[in-house]
Amino acid sequence: MSTKIYDCLKTISEKIIENKDFLTDLDREIGDADHGVNMARGFQAVIEKVPEDEADIGAALKKTGMVLLSTVGGASGPLYGTAFMDAGKVLAGKTELTGADFGASLAAAIEGIKKRGHAEKGEKTMLDALIPAYDALSEKLSGGTDFSEALDTACQAANEGIEYTKTIAATKGRASYLGDRSIGHQDPGATSLTIILETIRDFLK
Amino acid sequence: MKKLINGVDNIVDEMLEGMVAAYPQYVKRLDGFDVLVRAGGSKGKVALVSGGGSGHEPAHGGYVGKGMLDGAIAGAVFTSPTPDQVYEAIKAADGGKGVLLVIKNYTGDVMNFEMAADMARDEGIEVEQVITADDVAVENSTWTTGRRGIAGTIFVHKIAGACAEAGGSLADVKRVAEKVIENVRSMGMAIDACTVPAAGKPSFDLAEDEIEIGIGIHGEPGVNREKISTVNDIADKLLNKIFAEGIYNSGDEVAVMVNGMGGTPLMELFVANKHVKEVLDSKGIKIAKTLVGNYMTSLYMEGFSITLLKVDDELKKLLNAPADTPAFVQV
Repeated sequence: MSTKIYDCLKTISEKIIENKDFLTDLDREIGDADHGVNMARGFQAVIEKVPEDEADIGAALKKTGMVLLSTVGGASGPLYGTAFMDAGKVLAGKTELTGADFGASLAAAIEGIKKRGHAEKGEKTMLDALIPAYDALSEKLSGGTDFSEALDTACQAANEGIEYTKTIAATKGRASYLGDRSIGHQDPGATSLTIILETIRDFLK
Repeated sequence: MKKLINGVDNIVDEMLEGMVAAYPQYVKRLDGFDVLVRAGGSKGKVALVSGGGSGHEPAHGGYVGKGMLDGAIAGAVFTSPTPDQVYEAIKAADGGKGVLLVIKNYTGDVMNFEMAADMARDEGIEVEQVITADDVAVENSTWTTGRRGIAGTIFVHKIAGACAEAGGSLADVKRVAEKVIENVRSMGMAIDACTVPAAGKPSFDLAEDEIEIGIGIHGEPGVNREKISTVNDIADKLLNKIFAEGIYNSGDEVAVMVNGMGGTPLMELFVANKHVKEVLDSKGIKIAKTLVGNYMTSLYMEGFSITLLKVDDELKKLLNAPADTPAFVQV
């Protein structure tokens, strides 16, 4: 029987694969029309290569990161690969996930992405969804809100982050070549990140 | 979309097999990887390794051979190869004198190659890197991704490759590669987009009378969209942007590349080159060498780029040194 973390990763993967064309279409506007294709290829490999019986959440995420790193390519491969691997490091040995654990893993992912991509908030990247989501989650959790409700707020903040990416010009990645022509388009990376967060939220319900 | 393929998932694999079948005297494939290395290996010399997404053929596998590259990694179409693939290429190409990575400046390529370089250094292989960023269409800035590496990269392969072949040390090879990078600038345009096989739709849409100026080599949109004019006018626009760099002045000597994007007939590239020569002549800039052809393509995109490389005696000598590769032969 498969473990809960495997089922969660599989659900995320299926959701990304389902959104392949949508993500690629977004990337066609301001990038090079391959985000959905690359992500779908990577997450298909996640379904196949992460062991179904892996109960250690940290180990499963680390494996996911390594699989993404070696299958996605482009910029998303190292970024998502690093995010999952670094998130996995802080969850090593855990078989249950608390809100605080999840928050710590998001924080680690953010640091990993910043370091690998030399990016900060406000550059029209996945960080523009992830950082607000993390901030919202932390705020809710520290105010005593339960994990599930805090995740709802985090997803809402991520979606607002997507909307925010429409208002700014990209300064990282291929979209940056367009200068101000990238304004008005939502960032594909912020979008795929939000899809992943929403899938986790729905899975945990 | 019509394509001469068997399936989108195995294009890169089948292409590499086909290249090895065509050029067994030059290249062999690393078992289980999308990597071509020299058929005879690279013992005792500095190795040059480059690569990137597929769809730019003959780049980069076509330049694996004597006097140019020692290894080339082919990613998915227009997608940087992954670190594990680059790492295998570094290991296989290393002839004991170190490896220079020639990376085109894209966020993904730089990250994937740097991760691979770290992995190889952990194994005790000496690895250095240079990043090509010759595309003047993109404004340079320290806080953005910066300029793209496009067709000018081929001059880096040629010149650094000749230096390595002549027994240059890793530091020598890196130094001439950087000298080329400092002195090379390119700009491209397209009259029509291309369709990435797995995406199934053109990467951008142009009206019948529109052209895209400042195009990259991945079907990404350019910096300006305008009405089509004559090739002389278009070449002037590209050249003016290159001249605005202030590198190329009267009395200088340059190498020229008029590079096709894959779907433009050589006839039109030669027409463009006629004008490029006229403009250089009128400015008192000497031409050391001209290359016209499909050197760094963007699938079957219709369009071209112009590259100028200012050469001194050292670069000229290395540029004119022999090379023997599937896509570039010079005796």
